[in-house]
Amino acid sequence: MLQIPCPWCGPRDEVEFRYGGQAHVAYPEDPAALSDDDWGAFLFFRDNPKGPWRERWVHVAGCRRWFNAVRDTATHRLITTYRLDEPPPELP
Amino acid sequence: MTGRRVEVGGAGVDRARPIGFRFDDVDREGLAGDTLASALLAAGVDVVASSPILGRPRGIVSAGSEEPSAFVELTEPWFDPIVAATTVELVEGLAARGRPGVGRLPTSPPPERRARHVHRHVETVVVGGGTAGLEAAEAAAARGDRVLVAQDRPWWGPAIPDPEAQARAARLAVADDVTALASTVALGVYDDGYVVLLERGGDGRDRVWHVRAARVVLATGATERPIAFADCDRPGVMLAGAVRVYLERFAVLAGQRAVVFTTNDGAYPLADRIREAGGEVVAIVDVRDDGSGNAPPVSGIEVLRGWAVAAVEGETRVRAVHLVGPGGRRERVEADLVAVSGGWMPSLGLYRAIGGGLRPDERLAAFVPDGSGPPWLEVVGAAAGEGLPASAPFWYTPAEDLTRHVVDLQRDQTVADVLAAVEAGLRSVEHVKRRTYIGTALDQGRTSGHLVAEIVNAALGDPLGAQGPTTARPPTAPAPFTALAGVDRGELLDPVRTTPIHRWHVANGATFEDVGQWKRPRAYPRPGEDLEAAVLRECRAVREAAGVLDASTLGKIEVVGPDAGAFLDRMYTNRMSTLPVGRIRYGLMLGLDGMVVDDGVAMRLAEDRFLVTTTTGGAAAVLDRFEEWLQTEWPHLRVYCTSVTEQWAVVAIGGPLAREVVRAMGTDVDLDASSFPFMTWREGTVAEVPARLCRVSFTGELSYELHVDGRHGAHVWEAAIAAGEPYGLTPYGTEAMHVLRAEKGYIIVGQDTDGTVTPDDLGMGWIVRTDGSDFLGRRSLERPDARRPDRRHLVGLVPVDRSTLVAEGAQLVARGDADGLGGRPAPEPVPMLGHVTSSYRSAVLGHPFALAMLRAGRSRHGEVVDAVAHGRSVPCEVVPPIFWDPEDARRDG
Amino acid sequence: MAERYWRAAAPKASYEVVIVGAGGHGLATAYYLARNHGITDVCVVEKGWLGGGNMARNTTIIRSNYLWDESAAIYEHALRLWEGLEAELDADLQFSQRGVMNLAHGLQEVRAGVRRVEANRLNGIDAEWLTPEQVHERCPIIDTSPRLRYPVLGATFQPRGGVARHDKVAWAYATRASELGVDIVEHCEVRGFVRGPGGRVEGVETTRGRILAGRVGLVAAGHTSVLASLVGLRLPLQSHPLQALVSVLYEPVLDTVVMSNAIHVYVSQADKGELVMGAGIDAYNGYAQRGSFHVIEHQLAAAVELFPIFAHAKVLRTWAGIVDVCPDASPIIGPTPIDGLFLNCGWGTGGFKATPGSGWVFAETLATGRPHPLAAAFGLDRFTSGALIDEHGAAAVAH
Repeated sequence: MLQIPCPWCGPRDEVEFRYGGQAHVAYPEDPAALSDDDWGAFLFFRDNPKGPWRERWVHVAGCRRWFNAVRDTATHRLITTYRLDEPPPELP
Repeated sequence: MTGRRVEVGGAGVDRARPIGFRFDDVDREGLAGDTLASALLAAGVDVVASSPILGRPRGIVSAGSEEPSAFVELTEPWFDPIVAATTVELVEGLAARGRPGVGRLPTSPPPERRARHVHRHVETVVVGGGTAGLEAAEAAAARGDRVLVAQDRPWWGPAIPDPEAQARAARLAVADDVTALASTVALGVYDDGYVVLLERGGDGRDRVWHVRAARVVLATGATERPIAFADCDRPGVMLAGAVRVYLERFAVLAGQRAVVFTTNDGAYPLADRIREAGGEVVAIVDVRDDGSGNAPPVSGIEVLRGWAVAAVEGETRVRAVHLVGPGGRRERVEADLVAVSGGWMPSLGLYRAIGGGLRPDERLAAFVPDGSGPPWLEVVGAAAGEGLPASAPFWYTPAEDLTRHVVDLQRDQTVADVLAAVEAGLRSVEHVKRRTYIGTALDQGRTSGHLVAEIVNAALGDPLGAQGPTTARPPTAPAPFTALAGVDRGELLDPVRTTPIHRWHVANGATFEDVGQWKRPRAYPRPGEDLEAAVLRECRAVREAAGVLDASTLGKIEVVGPDAGAFLDRMYTNRMSTLPVGRIRYGLMLGLDGMVVDDGVAMRLAEDRFLVTTTTGGAAAVLDRFEEWLQTEWPHLRVYCTSVTEQWAVVAIGGPLAREVVRAMGTDVDLDASSFPFMTWREGTVAEVPARLCRVSFTGELSYELHVDGRHGAHVWEAAIAAGEPYGLTPYGTEAMHVLRAEKGYIIVGQDTDGTVTPDDLGMGWIVRTDGSDFLGRRSLERPDARRPDRRHLVGLVPVDRSTLVAEGAQLVARGDADGLGGRPAPEPVPMLGHVTSSYRSAVLGHPFALAMLRAGRSRHGEVVDAVAHGRSVPCEVVPPIFWDPEDARRDG
Repeated sequence: MAERYWRAAAPKASYEVVIVGAGGHGLATAYYLARNHGITDVCVVEKGWLGGGNMARNTTIIRSNYLWDESAAIYEHALRLWEGLEAELDADLQFSQRGVMNLAHGLQEVRAGVRRVEANRLNGIDAEWLTPEQVHERCPIIDTSPRLRYPVLGATFQPRGGVARHDKVAWAYATRASELGVDIVEHCEVRGFVRGPGGRVEGVETTRGRILAGRVGLVAAGHTSVLASLVGLRLPLQSHPLQALVSVLYEPVLDTVVMSNAIHVYVSQADKGELVMGAGIDAYNGYAQRGSFHVIEHQLAAAVELFPIFAHAKVLRTWAGIVDVCPDASPIIGPTPIDGLFLNCGWGTGGFKATPGSGWVFAETLATGRPHPLAAAFGLDRFTSGALIDEHGAAAVAH
């Protein structure tokens, strides 16, 4: 049961959240202009590092807001969370 | 020879309070404060159980939860299939019998212990209520922390009673913001300071504590190691520390003539205690011959340095002890107790399971924390290696024959078995464990695990501590399924959702279908009617008169804001922004992969306000999806989404007489087709309450959906039933609804689709806009696989004999391809062309019919294929998937 | 099992094939490279101890009743290999065809179940549809009464499904491969790749030095993405914790494998007596080999609901593996855009049952450089074309 600091509500138990995978994967400006390869890459291919990375969560049982987090997948340690309108922090 | 209660010691028992209990069908007596194990020892019971594999007699080895030997089945005052006697507090009327390693689950389970879950937030959790744990708890409380301190035993302080610790415990018990839980084992320590503990109440009630702490202090103590020698599993061979606990806490002298066998100074004081209690100590056998150790000499007791215990005699109780000394000298002494101390190992299971690392400590010949692990975790006291006696690294007494040097008492595995595994080429302790199963039984190898690792290290010629104990896996102690399940049982396993009209359905004989968490009426069978007859009657009523359906479970989302239309354009395949106020449009929603994920209608309530409906099961996912895209991709769009599923009850009235029924209910809305046509909505009152009337139809008949405040749902439903009576209005359930919509060729997402179906596959290319503007999933429809001409298409099927109902899920094959299989596996794969998604008897068509997904199905109309299920092939003609009113005259009337 | 296990090999400077990962799939690949293709100049490198990843952490369920033709073909191929594997490897694998039952708790699950049974049969796979009465007959300890929150409405049953002893499978493959000349190097972690002209992969850099290779196969389950990232290769994989548990040991009560996707539990009973159970994956990416406790609690609630006889059972130990999950719940087997580098990954929650088949087809790929016909549909290209093999229904909670 991770403890996740929602930027709006403060620290809450993992069961209040839903996971959203890798952060900062923007929907393409013009999907029609992408090749099948590029579209496939957008749809299915993601980073999957062992260590700190940026990921998304949504506080479904709280404020229902999406936000981003830096979390270390090797230790599960949540390093920081930040709002969608905040610049992504450097990875440690 | 038996152990017995003595006059000295016994600080933990109340000699004035005898407690009656039964063991193996014999009535016995113990004292208040006893464990079952101490009471059995006091009563002179040597053999508690037999060993699981070899059936050797086994007694009590330890005084705690590390017990590898004395397991019992409890039958009173509650049932427990198998539990260590050392962890059972003695209570009046307790009944137990020995169990050989495996429990028995009764087919008719006796009543369970009740369990509830408790949730807490504290600054500090301290695991362990011994000296170090109590100190840590008191220090944290003094800092102003909220503290939860847990002790797995029923008493506070060390096992050997210590007045100072008890005074500390007494202070903590009354301190503000301190929760002190005895008989409570920390099952696991998880990420971010989450600790799960199991409190076993003496009253037969359990509590599972879920605690979030800023800081977790592990004061989990240390466990004494055994030493393997021939027949070291015999009753009467015990851990030295345990012998001392039984004496000082329980006033039980475990034997009359003892040999103390040790690798360290820690066991020496036991000799004095035994003599004070009236026992005899034959010798202290200390494996160390190098002058190490500082134990004060014990007057009058022979100390044999450089000696070891080689073997014991005796079947059900140690009778004599064989010693081996320098130069191979051997001696035999009469004794009935061997108190063994192979040194002490910090108890670090919890620490390791949350990522803490170990380092070998040569002085202790054991592993201590290496300082790694999460920053909020701290290990103190004996668990950190503090205050433990230096020990010689001695794991077993060397001998020619090691086949009776038992290492794991629960697996009946010996030093010879371990060495054989290494000899055979296994080099990892994990491999040895997995070949011998050492450490995988009830005791989880808490006494034997380290021994095995060091035997392997030595056998491989590797240094001490080269490999450590095998992976630590929670929980610390076996935890009942039911306690962990808590109240999530029966109906509470998953919440049940019901509509405001539910009580009427129950009162009127509905059978129910689970749709997501909802209970929906499936049909309303009348007395003597089976499901099929009820469904046909309900269908006929809708086609010929009118029916009423509780559609309240439809997902409903209000989408509001100046950009609501533009937003919905991106979410649906067709355009919603052009929908005029007052009108309704059907919409299809795709995953990013281009596959259909939900459908529903959008009603434009105002320029800046839509109400969209979703499938019953898809409501939450659709709202989540809307919010995700609005927040993460298009925050500039001024749109707000609100779930209103439960705020609105929906009573759907459909059939040729629907207009008359609604009129009879009393409404101020002009129901005339010219002023209130199909796919429009109007606001007004129905049955004297405010309502939104929507002309949508899932049955293909003239229909009105009455959306009313949820609180009015039951009223409006009952008003419809009353007003509709003269018109033959019939309540119908989901099954009739499925039939009716299928006759009309309307899909159910999730039944006719399975996440691999595009709009074009469904023949719904018309709903996909082609103006070049983007919507979710559009790009994926351009991928090669989505454009294959031989994709599976939605088709209708009619059995050629016009009477056989094909099974839903039936596979479609070319005519004759599955003949003769009779449900057996095909010798060679038979090409499959598709499958039946929906199949029903019809009240109006005169034959059963089905919907199916069929390879290149749109080009196969008129062909015959076989629907294969349950060992039969049913020839079916492929037809367009619309069976009823293809001109839509009835629906639009 | 013979009384000698695999040799402890020291890595040579170069091999024809290097396989990264000595789990079940990697070892099976090595064995079939030697046995089927005569390629014995093979090294299997392993970061930890052999068979210590998901091979040591799975719930050992074996079945082949997958929905789509492509999956059915590869899993059934694996099951047929399982049926001859004890003889093939001359080892007691405790392979037990006690049947696998998948319960249906909703009308849509019934439709999907019948669909799968019929598809299986037409693909030559044994499959039966059981009514609730037949479920009760086959496994009387399941509560088939209507009082269940989600009553049992039927089940698919594959009689040839079952379980095997995971460790023994890994060890037998290792031992036989080793006898055929394959080098197995434990405690040897890959830290990088040797790149040649055009970026071709020509070997691996390890904690025990550089090992050159004609072809390199990555068979590292949850860690495949991490290794692939060393050559800049991004994959459609996410690594999640998958938890499992065993109970205390009990006398036999359950002689088949029971799975329930709807209420999230699957269970069998080991020969030693433990109930072996699993459930769904944890939602977040994680490499720590542990999951969140509420997942376990939920699974136990489901278990006692479905099996009233478990009312007095206790959890003995819990653990987690790291599963690499593909968007369509199907594996990736085949070449990569990088010359010399091949993948066998993405088995997600269901890799154990595929072990022999996975090794068989991947060995052919490493031997020839081309996909085996049974693996052709499982290439990386499907994520571009959109021809996914969506087995969420069959894979569901796991297996």
